[in-house]
Amino acid sequence: MKTDDLVSMLSAGTDAVDAKAPARRYIVAVGGGALVATVLMSLWLDVRPTLARDAMLPMFWVKEVFCVALVASGLFAVTRLARPGAALAWVQPLAAAPILAMWLLAVAVLAAADPGDRTDLIRGVSWTECPYNIVVLSVPVFAAILWAMKGLAPTRLRLAGAAAGFAAGAIGALVYTLHCPELDAPFLAIWYVSGILIPAVFGACVGPRLLRW
Amino acid sequence: MIASEDRLRGLLVRGLAGDAAAYHVFLKELSAHLRAFLRRRLGGLPDEVEDLVQETLLAVHNQRHTYDAGQPLTAWLHAIARYKLVDLLRRRARGDVWNDPLDDTIEFLAAADSDATDARRDVAKLLDTLPDRQRLPIIHMKLTGMSVAETARLTGMSESAVKVNVHRGMKTLAAKMRSEP
Repeated sequence: MKTDDLVSMLSAGTDAVDAKAPARRYIVAVGGGALVATVLMSLWLDVRPTLARDAMLPMFWVKEVFCVALVASGLFAVTRLARPGAALAWVQPLAAAPILAMWLLAVAVLAAADPGDRTDLIRGVSWTECPYNIVVLSVPVFAAILWAMKGLAPTRLRLAGAAAGFAAGAIGALVYTLHCPELDAPFLAIWYVSGILIPAVFGACVGPRLLRW
Repeated sequence: MIASEDRLRGLLVRGLAGDAAAYHVFLKELSAHLRAFLRRRLGGLPDEVEDLVQETLLAVHNQRHTYDAGQPLTAWLHAIARYKLVDLLRRRARGDVWNDPLDDTIEFLAAADSDATDARRDVAKLLDTLPDRQRLPIIHMKLTGMSVAETARLTGMSESAVKVNVHRGMKTLAAKMRSEP
């Protein structure tokens, strides 16, 4: 078939394209993935009984804002990286900003603390489970975001996979805050960030294979 | 160059709104730009140029819903063309042919080449290998020029099934192009 014939074939009988379809696909993926992660958390880990009391503490809301900011920057990266040629200048600064802010807060808290308390501030009571739990909760979200991205056209596959993992990890972390009792900045700065970066690194590894088109 | 960007963008935006004639002109002009772009970069594989022009045209068609009207068209087209080029070179495992450090988005629409050579791979033959439920709607609608309603009557499918199967058939065709040696 000659190229001109292919052009005629492609353009024959084309319909209007639904510009809102990509947005709908993201809403289904992120909503569905977050819902599955929340159900998984409530069956497997339980919502913390003291949640209502913790919600009176300012640090609880710092933690929530931290996770929401990571979710927002992760989803921003995902939507940008799924469109060919979209501007990427803001993707990395926006993803790094909440992490750097939490690191600064952690350093300030550790500097002000009694030297004997520092290990407890870092380890909390659950440092051995926290990253693992976040990674497990991110799995359904990661699968859903990859599905949504496959319906679009990522051209930087490693970066796109990393963004999918980062966003999934951030949503996993946000869901996990309903269970997790920790409220100290040093704990969040290390273990929450690890729980989010593990899926991001995994995404960078599998992106080139899974997102090819 | 800017004139090409504005002109092609206008054609594509009309095409995305359902204007098949504007979309036809868009694809036709795009194929000349793609040919110039790919011929410059496939110096070591001149026989592959026309095949890759066709594969990239099909990719642009299948991914046209990812174009955001607020975005520069040149950047979008260049990203797709470059992706398909790198994908081909990786398939050929010929990293050496891809050697263009000064690759610049801006120059994408600067050149056009309407001198098509013959493609080695025949898309019509690939089309024959598609399952009937995808092949027949494509032949009726896209090659014979029937409407959705006529195609639906002839194949016994619903109108929405006809559209879905044309769409899926185009994706299958793209996958077959990619997996062909």
